[in-house]
Amino acid sequence: MHSRLVLASEVETRHLAKAMLPHLKPGDCLLLEGPVGAGKSAFARALIQQQMAQDGTVEDVPSPTFTLVQNYETSRGPFCHADLYRLSDSTELIELDFPDVFESAICLIEWPARLGSLKPERHLLVTLDIRAEPEMRNITLRTFGQGWEWVQELEAATQFPTNVA
Amino acid sequence: MTDILTVLGIESSCDDTAAGVVRGQPGRVGEILSNVVWDQSQLHGAFGGVVPEIAARAHAEKLDLAVEAALREAGLGLADVDAIAVTAGPGLIGGVLSGVMCAKGLAAGTGKPLLAVNHLAGHALTPRLTDAVAFPYLLLLVSGGHCQFLRVEDWDRFTRLGGTIDDAPGEAFDKTAKLLGLGYPGGPLVEAEAVSGDPARFSLPRPLLDRDGCDMSFSGLKTALKRQRDALVTPEGGLHRADRADLCAGFQRAVVEVLAEKSRRALAAAGPVSAFAVAGGVAANGSIRAALEDIAGAAGTTLVSPPLKLCTDNGAMIAWAGLEALAAGHVSDPGFVARPRWPLDHRAAPMIGSGKKGAKA
Repeated sequence: MHSRLVLASEVETRHLAKAMLPHLKPGDCLLLEGPVGAGKSAFARALIQQQMAQDGTVEDVPSPTFTLVQNYETSRGPFCHADLYRLSDSTELIELDFPDVFESAICLIEWPARLGSLKPERHLLVTLDIRAEPEMRNITLRTFGQGWEWVQELEAATQFPTNVA
Repeated sequence: MTDILTVLGIESSCDDTAAGVVRGQPGRVGEILSNVVWDQSQLHGAFGGVVPEIAARAHAEKLDLAVEAALREAGLGLADVDAIAVTAGPGLIGGVLSGVMCAKGLAAGTGKPLLAVNHLAGHALTPRLTDAVAFPYLLLLVSGGHCQFLRVEDWDRFTRLGGTIDDAPGEAFDKTAKLLGLGYPGGPLVEAEAVSGDPARFSLPRPLLDRDGCDMSFSGLKTALKRQRDALVTPEGGLHRADRADLCAGFQRAVVEVLAEKSRRALAAAGPVSAFAVAGGVAANGSIRAALEDIAGAAGTTLVSPPLKLCTDNGAMIAWAGLEALAAGHVSDPGFVARPRWPLDHRAAPMIGSGKKGAKA
């Protein structure tokens, strides 16, 4: 199952994050794909900030490019925001607490191809790309494994143009 | 009258394994007896990014050798140092832990006092090591992973005036270089390419420039550059050399203008300061440095910029931060723990991720 949404701005990205958030729980893994500048970090930041706003907490959500992994404790459970771009081989993932973190946290993984054989079978693949029109971007959601039925409901929740194939 | 102190510093919070020895006293330019930094950026340029020493083991294997080399270069033994300083955070937890364990082992074996140093304090106090800058001063820390304005009031007192709400400029340079096929590290390559480019040809955004305060944003700039690149590549099937130079020049000018304007505001907000210091790898960029010199001059102060090898991660800056603490009569509890997060300014609300300030809110 996959959905393709066309989002017109970062504000709409945040609305999508807000609609997705209530469904997320530890053990859920979102793999964020797309070229540099597509908005992967912005999407992850929107999810984490939305959760913090609900918790009434205030904390930095910096880019994980240099630190590789940023962990956040929230009332929904731990969030793990990772950027695997700089990794050279998947053995280094063990040092970063993969794959155990897939069980314990809500994972937001940028450059997931680096996961190799550690990629969890059950995951939500979020593919982002910018469109030629100013501010516009495509976000495609593809589900793998069980427990993602709610993704189909996002169309109503977000009020954005959505194509479900 | 403070005694002359000699401190060993250990740094392993990110990709580099480093150890250094400094000697001196606060208020005077310090003497760097050694500064050993083992990094991997040259080896891994082909990857388009530094392959990090994420493995605690990799740091641990090299740390004692780095300490040994630093002491040898300084012509000292462990018995000759007054204290052992180590980065206790923030950073990658595996690396920080390796450094802390190494330092604790050395302290336990020698009976020397331990000093847990905040990595950012190491950067922030470097202008005192190199130029004996008096408190208070304004510091712009601008590197691959950091971008913030700090009013440095004492060895342990920092007020954060603003910072990036998303990417750091060094990251933006690296990703721009990647988008334009220029290689790694991106800073010097984009700067070199920009020399022949026309900075006015492409209209790139100046994120948050119209907003009050000293916060910055560089993530959207990267996306705007990608759009502009794609618009050029699509009809032509590739990117002309001149286009690439113009994109680099336009990008660099955008970063320069944002940093310059926000520096001007930070200087106004900081009140009377003894100097405007800039630290971090991005300070090596000639255009940025020139703009910051102008801003400092216009504000009636001077720009202090430590040499590049003391601006990037190193052990000497950790030793110096430890020396300042020791001179103030401070010694860390030997039971201190490594901290992956450790904001310098506990009073300020975080600039990144505060609910009202989304990346483009």
